[in-house]
Amino acid sequence: MSTRASHHQVTTGLNETRWMIIKDRLGRGWYKFRRNPISLVGGVMVLLCVFLAIFAPYVTPYPKHAGAFTDFQNAFQAPSKSHWLGTDALGCDVFTRIIFGSRISLMLTAVVLGISVPVGVFLGLISGYMGGKTETVIMRVTDVFLSLPALVMALAICAAFTPSIDKAMLAVASIWWTWHCRLVNGITRSIKTEEFVQASKVLGASPLRIIFKDILPNCASPVIVKITLDAGFVILVGAGLSFLGLGAQPPAEDLGTMISFGAKYLPERWWMTVFPSLAIFFIILGFNLLGDGLRDVLAVEEGV
Amino acid sequence: MRFSYFVLRRWLYSILVLFGLSILIFIIARMLPGDPARLALGPFALQEQVEHLRHVMGMDKPLPLQYWTYITGIFHGDFGLSFQTRRNVALDIAHYLPATVELVLMAIVWVLVLGVPLGVLAARYKDSWVDNLVRVMAFIGVAVPPFVVGLFLQLTFSYLLGILPTTGRLSLMTPAPPLRTGLLLLDSLIEGDFSALGDALKHIILPSFAIAMTGIGQIARLTRASMSDVANQDYIEASRGFGIPNRVIAFKYMLKPASIAPLTILGLTFASELSNAFLVETVFAWPGLAKYGIRAILRKDFNAVMGVVLIIGLAFVIVNLIVDILAGYVDPRIRIKHEEGE
Repeated sequence: MSTRASHHQVTTGLNETRWMIIKDRLGRGWYKFRRNPISLVGGVMVLLCVFLAIFAPYVTPYPKHAGAFTDFQNAFQAPSKSHWLGTDALGCDVFTRIIFGSRISLMLTAVVLGISVPVGVFLGLISGYMGGKTETVIMRVTDVFLSLPALVMALAICAAFTPSIDKAMLAVASIWWTWHCRLVNGITRSIKTEEFVQASKVLGASPLRIIFKDILPNCASPVIVKITLDAGFVILVGAGLSFLGLGAQPPAEDLGTMISFGAKYLPERWWMTVFPSLAIFFIILGFNLLGDGLRDVLAVEEGV
Repeated sequence: MRFSYFVLRRWLYSILVLFGLSILIFIIARMLPGDPARLALGPFALQEQVEHLRHVMGMDKPLPLQYWTYITGIFHGDFGLSFQTRRNVALDIAHYLPATVELVLMAIVWVLVLGVPLGVLAARYKDSWVDNLVRVMAFIGVAVPPFVVGLFLQLTFSYLLGILPTTGRLSLMTPAPPLRTGLLLLDSLIEGDFSALGDALKHIILPSFAIAMTGIGQIARLTRASMSDVANQDYIEASRGFGIPNRVIAFKYMLKPASIAPLTILGLTFASELSNAFLVETVFAWPGLAKYGIRAILRKDFNAVMGVVLIIGLAFVIVNLIVDILAGYVDPRIRIKHEEGE
């Protein structure tokens, strides 16, 4: 009874120390983050985009104009009081469609990274830890996927499907895991020889435990920074796909699609192209600034 | 000696990767729901005609055999038939490739001519307007899609100012120089046709700059960073102490060690330029390989897609190889590292 109680005390004590360490780290990270105006600006920009995207039906003046909607009488109106950013060829409010369009962009990046990061991290861990043939096979497949520029590879994969936003997501996700696989593979290979991992092994920890409890937490910071920087890049690639007609199909309110349609009416109806372009720039810039800031805060090396 | 061995091994390995790529794309192409033969002939073709085309294209044979036929064909310069142009894909590629090569080469010129000096100046005059310009360009380069850069350039220089043409490689009124290399700039130069040269230059400025934007920012930022690193080295301090002029220090003693980092990412720059070409060629109606590739993808013209993808993969491999050799040449440490076995 008494031994159990003391054991309990010891574990709570441990938990408390651990919690204090975490709190201390978080506090310091937050302090560094706050002192870095660029990352703060980036964070605010990203939060603003997410907020607008979530509450799009409530913050936009004409929520009905997203998706399939036509009002030819009000087509091609220049920016005015009733339509801040003008209207497009079908009479839809450009401002409304941009806000709804940011939904698609954010969803694209969330889905792509949500699928590809866990896969890449897992394969990187396994290949780095196991070494030998497993590593050779996994890393050679990675090399094949990286033998083309990301957008070209995504295009080639898109070729097999009828164009749609789902297929675009699938195509981008199916190449994106490779970056995370390479990153985590490198970290795992260098960490696996560290003493604490050897100690775990000697104590009889299972490979799974070593991989997930000892090695994975050490990959967290670089992977988080990479995810933030990737978020903007995925949006960039996605916008490129839909600009080329391989992503979201009209009447979906995708930013890339809007730009490619608006470009036909340059230069007279410039608002149809210029404003969606600025919106893409805003979202991607937000993620990039945030990522750069996080890299400083988490002290991750440049080049990730 | 050992370094050449390293290069050779890299080269062989790259070829293996290309084979892997061809298998991957082949599988993707054949996974497709729907029948390429039916797509090629259209909905009104008779079933027998479709069957015949399938037989002619060898599509009734098992997959590994089809792949074998395809890959051995490539070594004879036979990339298969394109459904859209009804020609051998190799001919199409030969027709469209030079325009893209010209565009990407011009973009590399922009990167080297603008990116490197901007980086040097930014390092020399920190927090000046040059430094800020480099920062802004680096951010725009990674945050603005290249087709947006293209559209904005078009809007400003073609529509508003009216000083540069919107689309294409040459004006309608300008007779094209006789075809030699397919690179208009070079062809007109060989011919001594300076009006064609000027016209071609005017047409290539905007698209090549739109493609180069990403690279200019990256290279400038990296050059700035490594110049600053080198500037803090003791030997620079020492040469200053000896009274060597700043200009000589910057270009003779600093630029070479500082150029290693930008050089190693030149492969990445090239990759981004190739990707950007796919977007920018569409904006400027540039009749290049990327535009041909996009059309092939939209129309499910698989032999054409395979051909374009393999050519781009090959270009990528070759450029990375050149970059490796150059980096090893400039930086002996890289050579030694590889001689010691990576």
